[in-house]
Amino acid sequence: MSSMFDLPTGMNRRHFMSHLAGAAAMAAPAAAFTNTLLANATDLKKRHKAAILLWMGGGPSTMDIWDLKPGAPTGGQFKQISTSADGIAICEHMPLMAKQMHHMSIVRSMSTREADHMRGRYYMHTGYVPNPNVEHPGYGSVIAHELAEQVSDLEIPPFVSVGSGSVGPGFLGMTWAPFVVDSNGNVRNLDMGIDPTRLDQRLRMLETIENKFIGEKRGGSAEDHKKVIDKTVKLMTSKQMEAFKVMKEPKDVQEKYGTTGFGRGCLLARRLVEAGVPFVEVDLGGWDMHADIFPTLADRKLPELDKAMGALVSDLADRGMLDDTAIIWMGEFSRTPNINGGGGRDHWARSWSVVVGGAGFKRGVVVGETSSDGKEVVTEPYSSQDVMASVLKSLGISLETTFTAKNGRPMKIANSGKVIKELFT
Amino acid sequence: MISGLMWTSKTSPREPSACAWPWRLAAWLTLLGGMTLTAGVQAAGSAEDEHFGVPQVKFINEQIAAGWADGGLKPSDQATDGEWCRRVYLDVIGRIPTLAELKAFVADSSPTKRPELVGRLLGEDFVDDYARHWTDVWTTVLIGRDVENEMVSRPGMRQYLRRSFSKNIPYDRFMEELVTATGANANRKNVDGFNGAANFLSGKMEENGIQATAKTAQIFLGLQVQCTQCHNHPFNKGKQNQFWELNAFFRQVRSLRRFDGTRDIQWIELVDEDFAGESGNAEEAELYYELRNGLMKVAYPVFVDGTEISRTGYVPRTLEGGEKIGAHRRQELADLMKASPLMPKAIVNRMWGHFLGYGFTRPVDDLGDHNPPSHPELLDGLAERFREQSFDLKELIRWIVLSRPYALSSKASKGNQRDDPSLGEKPKFTHFYLRQMRAEDLYESLLTATEADEARGGEEAAKKKDEWLSQFIIAFGTDEGDDSTTFNGSIPQVLMMFNGDLIKQATNTGKGGFLDRVAKSDMKNAAKITTLYQSALARSPSAKEISAANDMLVARKGDAIGALQDIWWAILNSNEFIINH
Repeated sequence: MSSMFDLPTGMNRRHFMSHLAGAAAMAAPAAAFTNTLLANATDLKKRHKAAILLWMGGGPSTMDIWDLKPGAPTGGQFKQISTSADGIAICEHMPLMAKQMHHMSIVRSMSTREADHMRGRYYMHTGYVPNPNVEHPGYGSVIAHELAEQVSDLEIPPFVSVGSGSVGPGFLGMTWAPFVVDSNGNVRNLDMGIDPTRLDQRLRMLETIENKFIGEKRGGSAEDHKKVIDKTVKLMTSKQMEAFKVMKEPKDVQEKYGTTGFGRGCLLARRLVEAGVPFVEVDLGGWDMHADIFPTLADRKLPELDKAMGALVSDLADRGMLDDTAIIWMGEFSRTPNINGGGGRDHWARSWSVVVGGAGFKRGVVVGETSSDGKEVVTEPYSSQDVMASVLKSLGISLETTFTAKNGRPMKIANSGKVIKELFT
Repeated sequence: MISGLMWTSKTSPREPSACAWPWRLAAWLTLLGGMTLTAGVQAAGSAEDEHFGVPQVKFINEQIAAGWADGGLKPSDQATDGEWCRRVYLDVIGRIPTLAELKAFVADSSPTKRPELVGRLLGEDFVDDYARHWTDVWTTVLIGRDVENEMVSRPGMRQYLRRSFSKNIPYDRFMEELVTATGANANRKNVDGFNGAANFLSGKMEENGIQATAKTAQIFLGLQVQCTQCHNHPFNKGKQNQFWELNAFFRQVRSLRRFDGTRDIQWIELVDEDFAGESGNAEEAELYYELRNGLMKVAYPVFVDGTEISRTGYVPRTLEGGEKIGAHRRQELADLMKASPLMPKAIVNRMWGHFLGYGFTRPVDDLGDHNPPSHPELLDGLAERFREQSFDLKELIRWIVLSRPYALSSKASKGNQRDDPSLGEKPKFTHFYLRQMRAEDLYESLLTATEADEARGGEEAAKKKDEWLSQFIIAFGTDEGDDSTTFNGSIPQVLMMFNGDLIKQATNTGKGGFLDRVAKSDMKNAAKITTLYQSALARSPSAKEISAANDMLVARKGDAIGALQDIWWAILNSNEFIINH
């Protein structure tokens, strides 16, 4: 009996059984147990740090959103509007975010080299360029790994990716892999359909087989398999899974975020962070606009982004969560200042913007500057590593942290990126 | 009462079967006593110098052993017959062996049983399984996992691949058919000129065929050129002009949307048309690309080794006077690729990676100078031998699976623990590296283990499998259709294996189903357990496992089929089942 799969922290066997019973029949969960959890959840909400990455897959044109060049030949069709932050103007199609800019800051001096989707995606998530011999962990895995101790009562995965696969855990191992759900928070195959006692017995049989195979020293993946099973059992039986039920939010709240996939994803992110999840990535794809960029942005993409992001920032602020929750908005790169023959913009990594806010970041400032046509960064350029270092600092994670890759090589967190000082002083 | 039902590890091996049902277990009882499947039995005919009279196998064994000597490493023992058998079925035909197949192999005492089994798996008996498996593998390679792409017909692609692998057409012709395909991509009523091979390029022609260029180079030449589209590669010798000179070979292709009464795309037709060049002179049909500094440069079709072809953009035709003009650019490209040493190297590396878990380079489709292979002489030597063998894929498979590294145990030993490519080191192949089954192989293996043979094979079965697979697909939201899968050992995969419909089906206790047949057989209880273990894991249970199984029976209060169901669920969910070892 002592060799059960790890039970949810601090539980004895009997407790586990009641736990299972609670999951199997949500209508009548064991009262004492629920109370404990609710108490824990409240406690977590108060104290833990977290980050939400709004990932703009495909590469959004930041000079049409955050760093406009009205009047320049490259400037495109949009006007800029002033915002709640002194001296910051953004795109006219972002009116709701304009009211929240005092909570956020724009880094307009990003300059990177990866303009291929998969390479850029990897680089912006990990701070490293792809390397055939080592897989680096992305934001979600790094932050979940570093903040896990703060949320030791967490029974659901510490890294949730909504609507996209994010980037994997690399050498940190499958324990830190993203848990991928759709924006409705649906988790497939959650219901076991058998009574908890029997599941418990099945798990014991399973463990006998797993242990035999692990004991034969055939390689790390045998052990990894068991670890993931352990996490799955925790998750299947956890009351904290309620956090995924985004449709239980009041209608008016759902409408504030927008009834789009991204809107629900942002609302889900807020619920998950409230429940103690230290890292959530929400994906908004479709920015790869090689043609007809202006109508696509004005009519579809920017309204969806503006509504959801605006609601998320103000909601976190209203709930007192923003000071502990970093928000990062970025894609894998941006788009060419030159407008192509099809009215689109192509891939461009040399001069672009990311947006950050919350947690320990200084708010309502603009960092850096691009040239009048948007083609060059004219101040000190910043990289993926620098953004990552800054996000980690905003969460109080030490930049002295060094991981050991599987091959024994030391890997400095955030690839030794420099903190972007203007975001803190 | 319960104790009377306890399963014991003692069996009566020669007990005659009173039951006349024609089930595969019939012969099983006779084998139970005589064989020790779990022990590290040295397989007959697998001595260290064994190469079964195949010179290419000898070459592999020598090259790999030289690498061990260089690294001061000692190889692990041979895998057991059961392990090797399971492995070779999984890797060659994409499913585990049936109980009958496993038993027949283990019982065979011939020193040549391994080459004989490989011969059978590559022969007529298994041609449907073989074609299905390699169709699965190549569908993902050629068109990815996205089932939503309207520019591609997966059934059309599969039809082409099934036919190619059934006939074992030479690899150079296979490549040529894909790269030069014209015709309709879907096999529909009232549509002439169906050619499933057209699906390789039908969805890759946007923006002048950037994807067609990148994927052709990556898959068939092992060259990663996608980054050089916009700039010279910072880390290797890739130059921007090479990308666009290769791209020039695809400028005659058009991927045309065809409609049939509705607004939805009905099928795609791939055609070759004259390419007039960007300034309208088809005799000198050029393209322009933009340098990072904004300057424009011109490009004509030039192969990656520097070979230029005619600059004409006309497709071949005979003029009225009898003069022949024009050039079929894709055909010229295919001819150059056939002659290139990169083509056989790329496929040898891909196939080696398929069977051994790691290729000679990582990733298998990056053979650039910046990424030196772990065994350069072996890679080159195998590539040459593959060409000499007329690009016969089945021969290449035979060489690899009969080689010594493929036959080694996955258990690491003291002499080779540090050979662990998951740590980023170059692989030395001192033991068999674990890897998880592909999702398709898991699906087929579950059907095999539960003897649901009727659910396997054919296009209907393939569509059903696609539907099941779609739950794992993650699209990245780019124009290039990049995708990934959550079938990677993560929680969603475990949830599927715990609770998904496929597992519910595999563990059902309905009348006439697998568990029902085992439960109702007249085998002793221990033999029933052994049947489950053999069916899924190709080994017998240990004493500890028999004891755990007994606990299950006690827990089910003598409900034997219920206990079998629980045990079967546990076996199918185990690391040992899903990890190819």
